Amino acid sequence: MDFQMSDDRRMLADSLGRYLAAQYPIQHRNAVAYAAPWHDPAKWDALVDLGVVFALIPEDRGGMGGAGFDITAVFTELGRALCPEPVLPALLAARLLGAAGADLEPLLSGVRYGVGLGELDAPYDLDTITTTARDGRLLGRKSVVYGGADAERFVIAAHQDGGLALYDVAAADVEVKGYGMIDGGSAAEVFLDATPGRLLMADAGAALQDALDAGALALSAEALGAMEHANAMLVDYLKTRQQFGRPIGAFQALQHRAVDLAIEIEQARSIIILAADAMGGPQQSLRCSQAKHLVGKIARQVAEEVIQMHGGIAMTWEYPASHYAKRLVMIDHQLGDTDFHLERMMAVLQA
Amino acid sequence: MDLRYSPHEAAFQTQVRAFLDAELPHEIAAKVAAGRELAKTDMERWHAILHQRGWLAGPWPLAFGGQEWGPVEQHIFEEECCRANAPRIVPFGLKMLGPVLIAFGSPEQKKTYLPRILDGTDWWCQGYSEPGAGSDLASLKTRAVHDGDHYVVNGQKTWTTLGQFANRIFCLVRTKADGKPQEGISFLLVDLDTPGIEMRPIRLIEGGYEVNEVFFTDVRVPVTNLVGAENAGWTIAKFLLGHERANIAGVGFSMQALDQVKSLARTLTRGGKRLIDQPLFAARLASVEADLEAMRITNLRMLSVAAQGGKLGTEPSMLKIKGTVIRQTINDLARRALGASAAPFPSEDVEGNLSLVPDGHAMNAASYFSNRKISIYGGSNEIQRNILAKGMLS
Repeated sequence: MDFQMSDDRRMLADSLGRYLAAQYPIQHRNAVAYAAPWHDPAKWDALVDLGVVFALIPEDRGGMGGAGFDITAVFTELGRALCPEPVLPALLAARLLGAAGADLEPLLSGVRYGVGLGELDAPYDLDTITTTARDGRLLGRKSVVYGGADAERFVIAAHQDGGLALYDVAAADVEVKGYGMIDGGSAAEVFLDATPGRLLMADAGAALQDALDAGALALSAEALGAMEHANAMLVDYLKTRQQFGRPIGAFQALQHRAVDLAIEIEQARSIIILAADAMGGPQQSLRCSQAKHLVGKIARQVAEEVIQMHGGIAMTWEYPASHYAKRLVMIDHQLGDTDFHLERMMAVLQA
Repeated sequence: MDLRYSPHEAAFQTQVRAFLDAELPHEIAAKVAAGRELAKTDMERWHAILHQRGWLAGPWPLAFGGQEWGPVEQHIFEEECCRANAPRIVPFGLKMLGPVLIAFGSPEQKKTYLPRILDGTDWWCQGYSEPGAGSDLASLKTRAVHDGDHYVVNGQKTWTTLGQFANRIFCLVRTKADGKPQEGISFLLVDLDTPGIEMRPIRLIEGGYEVNEVFFTDVRVPVTNLVGAENAGWTIAKFLLGHERANIAGVGFSMQALDQVKSLARTLTRGGKRLIDQPLFAARLASVEADLEAMRITNLRMLSVAAQGGKLGTEPSMLKIKGTVIRQTINDLARRALGASAAPFPSEDVEGNLSLVPDGHAMNAASYFSNRKISIYGGSNEIQRNILAKGMLS
């Protein structure tokens, strides 16, 4: 047994962590994450140069990773820095374009992708997608497409001949209405009105599920990094904030709750390791759902407790913990919330 | 046992409902229902309508322009206002300073300030907390030093709600440095136009501006603005906090919020299936509803004790803890219900152009984040537990 990260991944995580700590401090993050285009395009290019996208793509497709632990190494660091760059859509695109045997060169060179899966009436579930493709034209609306505000290309999931197909669409060919999100970063509504697209893959159901699994794993790892950072801020505050003539961390009522958070964060770390290990195997979907389900609950608990134990200071925009709390809660709204993944786990039990 | 209102109380309820139907402006109620920020003019307009009816300061004595409402009438009024999506009465003048002046103020202070609270001439705000004195309020450091017929005030207050709209502030200040911290505090009224005061807005987690920091540098305040005796401010502060705890359970807010989530869950669909028909979401909703119904009755039981002239001890702390947690749970469901569409930063477009969420729900995530404050302010739930534990165990 060995729970150590491989040297390669450790080096990537360290260099990414150092880069983000130096170049993406929270003040800069907040300046770019809440104003159009809701990220920093120059920093996106720098992250690509640093190998962030390479790490998400297998060697035989021109990258240097793509395994579960590559995903968690990258996203834990992104979460720690609350990085709003569109790496999640890049991961989803990498899985889908890879499965389709499409050219990954644009993605590897930093072209920003948006991946249109969810719809207003089907935010999480592939079964209920209503966008259709006929004769190479797409009709429908994709909703809350992450990174969509300034994506250059879109990968779109649509019904075609009774199955789900994947299409590649140029941003210039669709109506895109981008907006910022409450926890930073962008999303967009993508309106497809007989829009021309290039077929990437028919019968893409399995590829889509794989992308969603990888996305759930990535978001769970992102939450882990954010939880670790937020919890470190809390512990520091408990040790230093004085009330009633002593540090508030001297009060047992707070001590026990801080310890409970530490226990839950270790639980999150473990389920993420299990899910990362299961990538590519028969239990991939179940493990990713277990991770996203548990992390959804734990991240919210951490967010709420970090605010409550800090007190009013963590309710302010100026104090970074508030932004960590928002991200931690809102991660549960991406690619299936804690209840959605619980239902998937229940379905496995009931099968 | 009879859980119903008396005929007299029921008649009052009907009266309040009819008044709200007729007089509450629709555009203001719509803003409240949607959790959108109210303009100063919205709040002033509603105050004026209530003042016209004589209901702005219901619990005040008749002699000062009130109706001498008892606890049950107050409760009915608050509940009906919540149900109708009326703005809450800005509490600083009407529910905090007013009762303080009636109990502790000089005849001159009552005569000067009470009418100005009612007619809207004065908008009061509160200077209690300091950066170093939150839960440990008695450790406050803002100093007021006697100089002839003035105090000279230096220090900093924080979390001053709606201070940006106020022209006056009531403050707790330190007038004696030695002895027990509680014994050196005084209650002082300050005109915000006095030289040396600076108000700085604090932006909150969800992006809104509701609270402020207030800086005092050599601010000269006439000694006639002292309320009660010098160094007797802690007694007044505790009296005021007692008033802040009326309606502390926020049952009316929670009932209204729960109704909104229920109708949202009946409207929203996922793959053609209503959210309310999804067992996991329905379970969350049903469970919090049971909790809220229990809270409603706990609240009425305590109200009934007070209405019969009984004295409540530490029970309001129970209402604060459970009431805030229930309300936050409902806010959590309102955010959760929207799924992926909860994410956009609140803007007109979210409901309008983009129609991402049903009308009135663009603020659901923002309101969830904003209402994390309710278990912190007015004595955090941790402080309330200390109060209860002290009562039970010592």
